[in-house]
Amino acid sequence: MNFPADLRYTAHDEWCRLEGDVLVLGISDFAQDALGELVHIEFPDVGKVFAAGDEAAEVESVKAVAPVYSPVAGTVVAVNSALDGNEGDINSKPYASWLFKIKVADVSSVAAATLDAAAYQAKIAR
Amino acid sequence: MVPFAGFEMPVQYTGVIPEHLACRKSAGLFDVSHMGEVRVRGAKAEQALMWLVSNDVASTVPGQAQYNALCNDKGGVVDDLVIYRIAQDEFLICVNASNRAKDFAWLVEHNPFPGEVVFTDEGDDWAQLAIQGPNAVAICQKLANVDLAPIGTYRFTHGTFAGVAGCIIARTGYTGEDGFEVFIPVAAAGPVWDAILAAGADFGIVPVGLGARDTLRLESCYCLYGHELNDDTTPLQAGIGWITKLKKQGGFLGSAAIEARKATDDKKLVKLLIDGTRIARDGMPVLFEGQPVGHVTSGTRGPTLEKSIALAYLRNDLAKPGTRVVVDVRGKEAPAEVVANPFYKRS
Repeated sequence: MNFPADLRYTAHDEWCRLEGDVLVLGISDFAQDALGELVHIEFPDVGKVFAAGDEAAEVESVKAVAPVYSPVAGTVVAVNSALDGNEGDINSKPYASWLFKIKVADVSSVAAATLDAAAYQAKIAR
Repeated sequence: MVPFAGFEMPVQYTGVIPEHLACRKSAGLFDVSHMGEVRVRGAKAEQALMWLVSNDVASTVPGQAQYNALCNDKGGVVDDLVIYRIAQDEFLICVNASNRAKDFAWLVEHNPFPGEVVFTDEGDDWAQLAIQGPNAVAICQKLANVDLAPIGTYRFTHGTFAGVAGCIIARTGYTGEDGFEVFIPVAAAGPVWDAILAAGADFGIVPVGLGARDTLRLESCYCLYGHELNDDTTPLQAGIGWITKLKKQGGFLGSAAIEARKATDDKKLVKLLIDGTRIARDGMPVLFEGQPVGHVTSGTRGPTLEKSIALAYLRNDLAKPGTRVVVDVRGKEAPAEVVANPFYKRS
């Protein structure tokens, strides 16, 4: 499994990357492997406002459904509709398959709410 | 691996979808040793089973298998079973793993000829491996010491399989594909698994876990106990009226209740083809014009169809093919249509 060092990770197995004040978010290699072949994504509406820790999306495989949380407060500015019908891309390229982007309320909140690759790997190894 | 009825079983080996598609296109190997087996012996064994189960057991001949429901006195289903007629006075019943103890106790308790007809729980004596798919017959023929071609659907033979004597080789299954289920004396089962994988390597065989076992049966609209079948719902409601012989001589345990409930039972099992990719899961409400009219019993994305499919109990008046309903998927709407035919039927 692969955990790029230039990304941040959450305790709920999302990966994210700050681009200015926009947080790009998907699910980690560990998460896609645990869920198996993904077949449906429930995207949030663009414009929706989340508090830190809110459930923002759902990813569903043949086996199970899992919530995707927003680690910080913000507003949805884009969803990756290109994954509709191509949900398997999340399995094959989890870090290229972002789910949604949120304009974060406070950029400094991201670091505290997420883990670096080493800390995340240590967490999932437990 | 997940615990299942006292067994540790794999949900998948490589992935639900590739395993499913391999079974449809070439062959799949399933370890279904968790299934229970009950031996029935006695001169009145046929008579006993005619009372205990729903189908016409008396119509079978040795070497024939038959699908049956075991019903309670309220007309609900205790379990669904396959009964293998070994001899005129001997049968082997294959029961669901999760119902093994319940079924055995039920059969013994309701045996109309105690002392004359003897039930023996052989669940610990048998392993069961299923080889299913278009290449299954060719693979099995490499391993069996008997000619398999003459064995028709729902027929079986005794034979030596992969060098193991005393196996039951049955042309039955739970996938919608052609193939065999082989009952193997339990101590010899491990090497047989390996022998099947080796014999099937050139035929594209893959091991298949519980996940694809469920998607395969669901595409073919086979009932699963605990989902479509339960202690409260009659076999008629579940759409297995074809094994429910209400008019057989003397009836059967539960037949009077099933007959009586025909007039008042207000829901039946339907097949739902769902728009979009949302997946309906067991227990989700089904709505018609905003009102709850039933619930989903099983649902998945059918890997062969690449569509979202489900089975659901709906109000009788809405069970007509073409009816449009909505599944409430965690508060989101998944529009769906009642369809007449199974989602998959092999050509």
